[in-house]
Order: sequence, then C-alpha cells, then structure tokens
Amino acid sequence: MQISIASGKGGTGKTTIATNLAYFLKKQNKTVTLLDCDVEEPNCHLFLHPTWTSTEKSTSKIPLVNMSKCIKCGRCGDICHFGAIANIKDTVLVFPELCHGCGGCSIVCPTGAITESEKEIGDVQTGTADGLEIVQGLLKVGEPMSPPLIRSVKKYANTDDEFVIVDCPPGTSCPVIESLKNSDFILLITEPTPFGLNDLKLAVDVVNELKIPFAVGINRSTIGDSTVWDYCKEQNIPIILEIPHDRHIARAYSEGILLLKALPQYEEKFTGILEHLQEVLPS
Amino acid sequence: MKELIIISGKGGTGKTSIVASLANIFDNKVLADCDVDAADLHLILNPDFKVKKEFWSGKSAYINKDTCIQCGKCVELCRFDAISANFAIDKIACEGCGVCAYFCPQDAIDMRENLAGHVFLSNTVHGSMVHAKLGAGEDNSGKLVTEVRKHAKQKAEENNIPLILVDGPPGIGCPVIASITGADNILIVTEPTLSSLHDLERVVNLANYFHIKPFVCINKIDINPSKVSEIVEKCAELEIEIIGKIPYDEDITKAQVKKQSIVEFNQESQAAKEIISMANELKRRLNI
Amino acid sequence: MKIAISATGNDLCSTLDARFGRTSQFIIYDLDNDSYISVDNEQNLTSAQGAGIQSAQTIIKAEAEAVITGNVGPNAFRTLTAGNVDIYLGTGLTVQEAIDKFKNGTLQKASGNNVEGHWM
Repeated sequence: MQISIASGKGGTGKTTIATNLAYFLKKQNKTVTLLDCDVEEPNCHLFLHPTWTSTEKSTSKIPLVNMSKCIKCGRCGDICHFGAIANIKDTVLVFPELCHGCGGCSIVCPTGAITESEKEIGDVQTGTADGLEIVQGLLKVGEPMSPPLIRSVKKYANTDDEFVIVDCPPGTSCPVIESLKNSDFILLITEPTPFGLNDLKLAVDVVNELKIPFAVGINRSTIGDSTVWDYCKEQNIPIILEIPHDRHIARAYSEGILLLKALPQYEEKFTGILEHLQEVLPS
Repeated sequence: MKELIIISGKGGTGKTSIVASLANIFDNKVLADCDVDAADLHLILNPDFKVKKEFWSGKSAYINKDTCIQCGKCVELCRFDAISANFAIDKIACEGCGVCAYFCPQDAIDMRENLAGHVFLSNTVHGSMVHAKLGAGEDNSGKLVTEVRKHAKQKAEENNIPLILVDGPPGIGCPVIASITGADNILIVTEPTLSSLHDLERVVNLANYFHIKPFVCINKIDINPSKVSEIVEKCAELEIEIIGKIPYDEDITKAQVKKQSIVEFNQESQAAKEIISMANELKRRLNI
Repeated sequence: MKIAISATGNDLCSTLDARFGRTSQFIIYDLDNDSYISVDNEQNLTSAQGAGIQSAQTIIKAEAEAVITGNVGPNAFRTLTAGNVDIYLGTGLTVQEAIDKFKNGTLQKASGNNVEGHWM
C-alpha cells in the first residue's frame, strides 16, 4: 500500500506525519519503506537518524553532439520543443538546463551524430533506522527540475513491503504529481487558517484529477477558524487526523525529535489513520 | 528600481505573513506573488482582479483515434509513460516533447497549445499587485513566475515606482530560481527548527549560485532560543546578515483570519514592532 | 554589412529596447545602402523557453553581423557568439542614435553576458 502525505501549503506538517506514521507502522511489525520525495529540502532523516548504506548519483539525459558526424541538417533543432539544442552556423549548441531528456534529437539525427550523455541532478541515498528503510533524494543546488530525481526515488518503492510512505514536497505542480503517482491513498495535511484552506482546495483539485482516494489531516487544529471543517463536510472529505497546537510538539519538532518518541500519547492518532486505511482500502 | 524577493527554503516559515506586513509599511511599491503553485498573498491584500490573462505554456499531445492504427510507435518512444496501452494520453504525465507526434507514421498525433494557468493584474489599497494561478499538476511553474515578475516590472516602469516586493515560493527548484534570477536583493525567512536550519544552508547556496548575497530574518524565535543561537552562528559562518528577529505571536493567525497583516491587526505587538524595525533597516539597505 | 537593433517600434525614431530575448521586434539595418527592415519577434513573447536563444537565431537568419541591445543573458550570448555576431550595448538611445554611435565606434562591445538568464 503506497500512502502519500501531501499538502498545498508548505510547513503544515507533512514530514511530521510521514515520519511518525512510518515509525508507528514499523512498531506494529509491518514492513515499511519511507520515501522522502521532497528532494529540494528533504528532512525525514533529521527525525529518524538513519544509517546511510548507499548513495547513488542520479542523472538525467542530455544530448552530446559529435560535430564530425554532423551534416547540419537542422532536424535536431526542429524537433526540440524546449529550445535545448540549436543549430547555429557551423555548430550545434546544447543548453542542458532546458533539456527535458525526451531523446527526440538523438533519434531524429540521420547520421547518428547525437548520442546521450548524462548530467548529474542529485543523489539518491538509502539507509535504515531501527529496521525502517528510508530512501531520500537530494537535488543538486541550482538544478531546476526535481521530477526526474523524484522518479528515481520512487523506483525504490518495494512492492513486497506492506507499506510505502511517501513524504511529498509542498505545492501543486509537477514535483508533487511525480511524488503522488501510483499512490493507493493520499493524506492531505492542512492547518485551519485561511492560507491553509486556500491551499488545501488547490491540493484537492490535483488529487481529484489523479482519482486517488484521499482524506485530510488537520495539524495545529486549535488555531485559526472552523472553515476547513466546513469545507471538508461540504465536500464529503473524511478528516482522519487532528493534532492540536501544542508547544511541546513544536519544541520536539524544532529539536528534530520524533513526535512519538517525545510524546508517545499521540500514538492513538496514528492508530486512527491505520484503522481508516484498513477500512477503505482492500488489503 | 529595486526588487526585494522573499524566499525561505523550508515552507511555512511565514514569508507571506511578513510580505503582507511589508506591503503595509513600504510606501511606493508593486507587489508580486511568485508562489504560483499555492498563492496566498491575495487573501490578505484583497486585489480587485482587474485584468485576467491566460498563460499558455508548452504543448500536450492529442491522438486522433480515427487515424491512429495502434502500431505502438508512440508508446515505444515516450519516455514519460504518458501513453497508455490503449492509446490514451495522460495529460498530466505528458511533457509536451513532441516526439510521438514527430514519429507517428500516420500523422495521427497533434501537439496542441496548453492553457497552463492565469495571471491577474490588480489594484489593492497598498499598490498594484500581480499574482497567478498555475493549473493543477502543470509544469512550467518557472515560466509563470517569470511572467509575474515581467508584469510587475512593467507596472513599476510605467509608473516610476522604485520597489517591487516579491513573495517567493518554498524550496530551491525552478519556481524559486525563476523568482531570484537577476534580482538584487533577497530576504530569507527562516525559523528556529532543525528542519529550517538544514534548509537554510541549501537556499543560501542557491542564492550564492546566482551571485546574490541574501539577508536573513528569523521568525517565531520563541519556539526554540537555542536554535536561534545556532542560526546566528550558521549565518556568521556563511557571512550573511540577520536583519530581523520576530517573536511567535498567535495574533498573526488571528490577523490572517481577519484578512489583515499583523501590523494592521495589532501594531503594538512585539511581532509588529520587530517587522517595522526590520522594514526600516531594509529601506536603509535598499536606499528606498 | 547588416546590424540588428532591438527596438520598441518599427522605425528609426523608436527607442532601443533594453531587452534582447523578449523584445517585440528587431530593426535590421543595412549599412551598405542605409536601408532597413523590421523583423517581428512576437513569437518569443510567448515562447516556451529559451527566448534569448530564439531571438539570437532570428537575427542570425537575417544575416546580421552585429546586434545592438541593452541586456544579453548567458544563453543569448553563447548563441550570438556561435553565430559570429558581435554584441554592442546601449541604453536610452533611439534606433537612429544607436546606429550613429555604432558607425562612430562609440558603443561598448560586450565580452560576456551582462545579466543572468531569466531562466525559462
């Protein structure tokens, strides 16, 4: 079962829920892998302190032009929709930061002058923490596109595991979509404030497009106003988690201490999530 | 004309709340919300949505079922798993590369322009504002950010306005890069948590990569005073200046519920006073 | 010899457009017979990416050997250099003034990009 933890707004508590849910399930003797797909700013490891067992460089493909074979037909420039390869007088220029790795130019070249080389986009690290498998992607600073790296991280979703928990990036655009793909269930984390509600609605639009079952979790539930509850009721969206605003939770989080280790009384919240999942999803 | 871009690395540190306050404090500016994935600034500033422009970006493939002979060439060539076994295009997965259309032996595939979102040009009581909404699941958020900045610059140039104040997105990826490239001033809003400290280093590296020296503001300082000290140390090590330390204040959320910034809601609060003091420092540094 | 000038209008009285990639048109001026044409660059106002690269290709195709503009980003610079186009920078000039300065050799030649890319 692949469960993704997402939100629209940043800072609502995705990583808190993802790490604690994974930890809780492991304690219940389930087989679990946690994938940290917030590759721009991965934070799961700060709470779980994994021992890293491997680091692999992740790359994406870019064209490499052998000018001695080039007949300057211009077909590579014509096929590229991203302006990443251009025929200029006696040479062919490649702009790696614009390349989406579609391979079109290398296929269309009539003389085989274009092969594919690789540009480094980041690392995928794997490790364990108390038997919990953790995989994280770390995007190279300055590299604009995260989806190819997220795709690499998601390849580590072990289909033998009972649970794969995915910590998604904030927002609603392509990195989030890439993280959410192939999920069996999505838990959207929000806070009961106008910003939280606004961004939750945007996230719900995305999730509805993907047609994946989902529910909402409300963090810092005792601040703000009631409009998030009203919205969920109106839209028939189940709320399966509510965590109050608690100075002690904030303090533990700020120190990088896992919630369930600092405040084990919150374990029942995660029991609630598991029960809901067992109800709504065929095992 | 100066641009001040507010980013954070980690999400949820309080960028938008601070920008809303700065919008109240700075006199002559154009406002831009570059968090195009999940824009929130308009919830406080109440723009009039005077002009709505379509944002067309990239293309999506369309297979003409009548001409398609289901040879499977497109499925074989697609690197983005966007074509299913029964020749349906997954619009969200489709990257718009056009390879399928180019090689289809029957010319059965069209690449069509993609309506990816909207840009809104508005007036607010605090000045002109530009913001945007990216379509669900779209890519090209970087390009939409560039559009927002372009419209803000135009507005500022037309009306001789010396400052563009930009609410940036979280992270360090393409929308953030598009927000800061070519900018002269960046303010990073951080908070005293281990996560934010970790992300601070990465976002500072990003600013350095673009040769821009950022300022830092530490928000919600009472969550953890010892982490505040760690941030102070880290900033000293990275040779960047801290120009604001803002206390956590429940009134900021109460203000948000009332669609106000903290400086409007409770000017006497410590948080409001610190933000005003930081704004004065920014005015001095930016010479505005 | 032909030179290209990024322009806000389609005649010599219009002002030099500081933008290269997103300028709405180029004036292609033929120094050999003092004639000129205006080349539309509108497709770059909505182009997916690489406006600077595409603008560079436009003026290379128009056989310009030099361009006068305000700001050139790294990708545009690279493309123009590969196309053997010299880059000259100017501000606050009309197209005619820019051409006169070029003829007098009083324009600053760019040795690299003078701004970062807009990235996309």
